[in-house]
Amino acid sequence: MSNKQYKQLSFILNGKKVSASVDVRESLADMLRNEFGMTSVKKGCEVGECGACTVLINGNPYDSCIFLAAWIDGKEVTTVEGLVDIDGNISDIQQAFIDEAAVQCGFCTPGFIMSAEHLLNTGKRFSRDEIRKALSGNMCRCTGYQNIINAVENTMDKRLAEKDTEK
Amino acid sequence: MYDINHFYEATSVEHAVQLRVENPEAHIISGGSDILIGIRAGDLAGCDLISIYMLDELRGVSFHDDGTIRIGALTSFTNLAEDPIIREHLAVLGEAADTVGGPQIRNIGTIGGNTCNGVTSADTASTLLAFDAVMELTGPKGIRLVPLTEFYLGAKKVDLRPDEIATAVLIRKDHYKGYHGVYFKYAMRDAMDIATSACSVNVKLSDDKKTIQDARISYGVAGPIPLRARSAEKIVKGKLVSADTVEEFAAGALEDVNPRTSWRATKEFRLHLQREMARRCFVESIRRAGGSV
Amino acid sequence: MEVGRSAKRVDAFDKATGRAKYTDDLCPKNAYVSRILHSTIAHGRVVHIDTSEAQKIEGVVKILTCFDVPDILFATAGHPWATDPSKQDISDRKILNEHVRYYGDDIAIVIAEDYVSADRAIRALKVEYEEYPFVLDPIEAMQEGAPVIHEERPDNVLGHSTIRIGNYEEAIKEPGLIKVEGWYHTPTVQHAHIENHVCYAYEEQGGRITVVTSTQIPHIVRRIVAQALGLPWGKVRLIKPYIGGGFGNKQDALYEPLCAWMTTQVGGHPVKFDTSREETFVSNRVRHAMHAHITSWLKPDGTFVARKLKLWSDQGAYASHGHGVSQKGMGAFPQVYPCDNVETDCWTVYTNKPVAGAMRAYGIPQAMFQLESHTDDIITQLKLDPYEFRKKNCMPMGYVDDFSKNELYHDSFRDTMDKARIMMDYDRKRELYKNQTGPVRRGIGMALFWYNTAVWPISIETSTSRMLLQPDGSVNLMTGETEIGQGCDTVFAQMAADAIGIRTEDVHVFTNQDTDVTPYGSGAYGSRQTYVGGFAIAQTGKLLREKILKHAHSLTRMPVEVLDIVDGNIVRKQDGRILMSLEKLSTEILYDFKLSESIAAESTYSVQSNAYSFGVSIAEVEVDIPLCKVKLLDIVNVHDCGTLINPALAEGQVHGGMSMGIGYGLYETLLIDPKTGRVLNDNLLDYKLPTTMDHPDLKVGFVENAEPTSPYGTKALGEPPTCSPAPAIRNAVLQATGVGVNTIPMNPHQLFKDFSKAGLIESEEERQLRKKASGDLKDTVIHVIGEQETKTPIETKTPEFQPRGN
Repeated sequence: MSNKQYKQLSFILNGKKVSASVDVRESLADMLRNEFGMTSVKKGCEVGECGACTVLINGNPYDSCIFLAAWIDGKEVTTVEGLVDIDGNISDIQQAFIDEAAVQCGFCTPGFIMSAEHLLNTGKRFSRDEIRKALSGNMCRCTGYQNIINAVENTMDKRLAEKDTEK
Repeated sequence: MYDINHFYEATSVEHAVQLRVENPEAHIISGGSDILIGIRAGDLAGCDLISIYMLDELRGVSFHDDGTIRIGALTSFTNLAEDPIIREHLAVLGEAADTVGGPQIRNIGTIGGNTCNGVTSADTASTLLAFDAVMELTGPKGIRLVPLTEFYLGAKKVDLRPDEIATAVLIRKDHYKGYHGVYFKYAMRDAMDIATSACSVNVKLSDDKKTIQDARISYGVAGPIPLRARSAEKIVKGKLVSADTVEEFAAGALEDVNPRTSWRATKEFRLHLQREMARRCFVESIRRAGGSV
Repeated sequence: MEVGRSAKRVDAFDKATGRAKYTDDLCPKNAYVSRILHSTIAHGRVVHIDTSEAQKIEGVVKILTCFDVPDILFATAGHPWATDPSKQDISDRKILNEHVRYYGDDIAIVIAEDYVSADRAIRALKVEYEEYPFVLDPIEAMQEGAPVIHEERPDNVLGHSTIRIGNYEEAIKEPGLIKVEGWYHTPTVQHAHIENHVCYAYEEQGGRITVVTSTQIPHIVRRIVAQALGLPWGKVRLIKPYIGGGFGNKQDALYEPLCAWMTTQVGGHPVKFDTSREETFVSNRVRHAMHAHITSWLKPDGTFVARKLKLWSDQGAYASHGHGVSQKGMGAFPQVYPCDNVETDCWTVYTNKPVAGAMRAYGIPQAMFQLESHTDDIITQLKLDPYEFRKKNCMPMGYVDDFSKNELYHDSFRDTMDKARIMMDYDRKRELYKNQTGPVRRGIGMALFWYNTAVWPISIETSTSRMLLQPDGSVNLMTGETEIGQGCDTVFAQMAADAIGIRTEDVHVFTNQDTDVTPYGSGAYGSRQTYVGGFAIAQTGKLLREKILKHAHSLTRMPVEVLDIVDGNIVRKQDGRILMSLEKLSTEILYDFKLSESIAAESTYSVQSNAYSFGVSIAEVEVDIPLCKVKLLDIVNVHDCGTLINPALAEGQVHGGMSMGIGYGLYETLLIDPKTGRVLNDNLLDYKLPTTMDHPDLKVGFVENAEPTSPYGTKALGEPPTCSPAPAIRNAVLQATGVGVNTIPMNPHQLFKDFSKAGLIESEEERQLRKKASGDLKDTVIHVIGEQETKTPIETKTPEFQPRGN
C-alpha cells in the first residue's frame, strides 16, 4: 500500500504498559492477534455479531473486530490471557467454565469469559435472565448456553458469598 | 484490516468541524458499528474517515438551565440506559437504547450515530421522535438546531451539512414533563436483532387520570424514515381513557404508516403489527401514567 | 472405573485460557492471503474474466480463474473412499467452475499480500457471463423443460430410492380405514459454527503439499485434495488443529483443494484461505431443505394399516453428500412406527442454490419434523392421545431391521417417553391446556426420534488407535478420530484409561491429527466416534496391556495370569499387592540392556455392527396469537444413548443439539431471493441463530440401556439431540392454537400466514372490508387489551408488558 498511515499508541494490555505503531486501518482484534499474540481474541464474523472477539476496554466489553486499534491509545485492554496470574493460576470464572463443562469447541469461550468477567466485576447480583442479557452479545453453537450461564451464575454466587463473609 | 484511505482524528469539536470543512467527502466515524461494516462490505471501501471517537466532551447527559435535557452525540446506548437523568425523566429512551443489539454493540454505538445514519429501524430514533427531540448540529458558523421531525429527509438521508457534525440531541422540558411512555421493539430474536417494526408511545393524562391530555406515537420501519402517526394523536387528544379510545388510537395510527414489503417482512404483517403495537403501547403508557383501561 | 465418570475435559484448560491453537492461530505471518470471486448469477457460464485492472493493484501476487484450474472433476463428500466405483461419491465440480451453478459459485481467486489488496482486486475483476435460466425448487427442477444444472443428469435427479414393504395399494382397500395426509416443509439452514472454515497450505520436500485446516475428517480430506489435484495421495499431508465447531459442514472438503492448488501456483509459498461469515452461509454447505407428503391409513383405534411417503430433497448446485442424506431420512420413516404396508420414494434433486451437505443428524431432523408433525395430525384427526398413540405404535423391543440387522434390545422409546413425561409434568399440563380460547395460550407437545449410530453397512466403519507408553507410566494416545468440540478426546482418554488400567489424567490425547503421523480413522460424523473408536481403543488397550504384563513378568517373575494393571500399578490379583509402578516398569524396560523396548501398541478395528439410538423431546410453549410469537417455556430431551461415558459431557452435547433443534423449529432459515437466487441473509444478524435470550433452561434426561454390541455399552449421542425439538414445539403450538404449522421455522412470518388462514387473526385488508360493510370499528378477532376474559382453565391474563414483544 502506498502512503501507509501509522499511529503511535501506548496503552495498558493485561496490566502491562505497552506501545505500538499501528496501521490506522487495523482493528483492535487484528492488532491484538498479530502484534501481541493474543490468540484468545477470535474472529467469527468481523462485524460485531458473534462476540468471539470480545475484550474489555476500560472494564467494559467491546467487539474488538469493529473497534479501531487507533482508538485504544491511553486505554486499558483485558483479554482472557490477562485473567491468568504470573504463577499461572487461572481466574474463578475460567475454572467455572472448566468445572461446569461450559467449554465445547472453545472458539466462543474467551469472548464469553470476557463478557462474564465484566458482569462479575460489577459486584452486583444478577437474575438468571439478567445474566442471559449480559451475555446476549456472544453466540455459541455448541452448548445451548446452558452450562455457560450456570458457570457465570455459580461464580457470581461464590464471589457474592465471599464478599458477604468479608463483611 | 479496513480499506481506509485516510484517517483524520479530531481532537476537539472545532477541530472536527475544521476537518469537515477541509474534507467534505470524508465520513464521520463516531463508533464504527455502521461505518466499519460498510467499509468491509465494500460500499465505503477506500473512503476517508474523520474520527470523533476521542471527543469525550460529547459524551454524557446533562440539563440546560431551562430544564432541556442535553444528550451528547457520542453518548453510548449503555450510558443512555444507565444514566440517572434518563432513567428519571426519559425512562422510555433508556429502555429503547437497551434493546439495541447486545451489550458490546450498546457500548460502541452512539445516539448521534443512531440518528445521523438515517435508518428507519434505529431503536432510539422513534422514541426521540415521540419526544419532539431537536438535533444540535455544529458547523463553522456555530450551532444549528433542527427538530428531528425535519432532520430526516429520506432513507439514510439526514439534514446534516457536509461541514457539520451532530453534537447533541436536545429534549425540551415541556416535551417530557408529565409524559409516560413505552417502546415496543418487535424483532425475531430477543437480542442481537433489528426491529421488524417498532413503536414508541408517550402519554400525558389529566390529574384525575381519566382523560388523555396528549399522546404521541412514532414508528420505526413503518416507512423509509422513522415517523409520527399524528392522526392517532389527534383522535385521542382530550378523549376519555377507554377501550374504545384505544381502538380508535390503534386504527388512527394506521392512517399515517406506510410500511413496505421487503424480504424481512411483508407489508401486511407490518401493518398488523403496527396496529397491535399501537394498542399495547397505548394501554401500557396509560398504565404507566397512572391510568387504566 | 474411569468410564461413567464426569471427568473434566482434557482440553478445557487450554480453551478457557486462550492457549488452544486453532488453524488461524498457527498460520505463518508471511503467508499470502486470498479471496474468492463468487458468481453474481445463479446459472450460466463464465465467458471471460478481465483481470487487467485487478493485476495493477499493489499487493496482488497472482490472479487465477476458472480457466486456469486442473481439468479434474472431484467429489467433496466426506465419506471413506469406496473402491467399488458404483459406490463412489459423485464428482461434479472443479476447483473453480466455468459453468456457474448457483449465486456464489467460485469462479476466480486473488492471492495477495494483504486483505485490502485482495479485496480491491476482487472488486476490480470484470466478469462476462452467458446467463441461463435457473431453478430454485427441487420439485420444479424435476419438471420437463427445467434448466439442466449438470449435463450428466438431464432430469436434475441425483438419486431416487424407494422402500416397499407389504402391499400398500391392496392394504388401503380395507373398509373403514381413515386417511390422514399432509405436506411438510423444512428449510435450508446452516451449521453456523463460530469458527469459519479456514485453511492454509505450503509445499515442502520438493512438491509435497501440507494443508493445515479446520476439518472434521483429516484423512478423508487428504485423499480428496490429492484427487482434486491429480496427485498421489502420499504427496499430501493434512494437519487438523483445534477446530471451532463443524456440525457436518466440515465433514466435506471445503476450500482445502483450492488452497493446496494455490500454493502450487506461487512456488510453494504459504497461502491462506479464510472463509468469511458471508461465504460460510453461501459457499460452504447447508442442510437439505425438503418437501414431504405423507399419507397414512389407520383403523379408528389408531392402528396403522398402510403408509406412504414422498420426499423431495433440495441438493443445491453440487452433489456433496447428495442422496445419502434423503435416503437416511426416508429410512427412518418405517423404523419409528413399523407398519406392514409401506411405500416410500425419495428424490434428491439439483437446484441452483447453495450446496447441501452433511449437517448434524443427516436428514433425520427433516424426517422427524415430517413424521412427528404428521403423527400429531393423525392424533388430532382421530381424537387420540399423543402419548398413548406413540406408545402403541412405536418400534417395539426385539425389532430387527432387515437391512442392517440392527436389533432393539430394550424398550427404549417407551422408557424415554415415560421419563420425559415425568420430568415435564406432561400429563397434567396436557389436560390443563385443553380448550383454550384467549389470545395468549399454552400448549405442550412431544416428538420422538430414531437415529442410527455410525454408517455401517453403507460404508466402512474403521478406526485405528495407537498407544505409546511413556517412561513415567503415562500413555500417549493417537487416533484418527477428531475432537471438534464434542469432547471425544476426553471420553477416549477415559476409555483408554480403563482399557489399560491407568487414570484418565495419565492419558495424553494427541488432539491434532496429522496424516503423516496419526493412524487412520474416518473422523467426526455419523455420531460414530465414541461407538467405533471405542472398539479400537478397547482392542489396542488390550494389546498394550499384554505387552506391559509380559514385561512385568520378566521383571517380577510372577506369571502373567496373576497380574493386573490397576491405577497405574502392576498388581498381583490374588492379594492385591502392588508389585511395581508402571513408571518403574516403563523406565526399566526402555533402558534395559537386554529387554529394551519402547512399549507401544497400535491396532485397527473395523466394526461390523451398528446400534439404534432413541429419544424424545417434550416442549411447552406460550403462543401470543396477535403477535404471532411462540415463546418456548420449557423443553426436555430424554435420550437412550446406552451407557454414558461422561455424563457431564453427554449432557452438554444434548444442550447444544437441543439449541440447534430449537433454532430449526423457531428461528433459522436461509432466505433466497427468488428473482436472482442470491442468499439474502448471509450474516449472523439476519440469520436468526438463537441467542442466550431465546432459550429457556434446557432439561436433559438419560435412560442408560447398555448397548450390547459396544465394549463400553455406548451408542450415538452427538447428532440425535437435534432431531426432535422442532416437531415437539410444533405439536405444542398445535395444542395451544389448534393450528398445525407444517412449514418451519415457525417464525412470526409463518405464524402470521397460518393464523390468518385459520381465522385467528384478521389482516388489515379484511378488517377494512368488514368495516366498510358493517361500519363496525371494533375487532371481532381476539387481541390483547386490558383484563382478559378467557375460558382458559389456566391463568392467561394479559401478558406483562415486555419491550421486546416476546
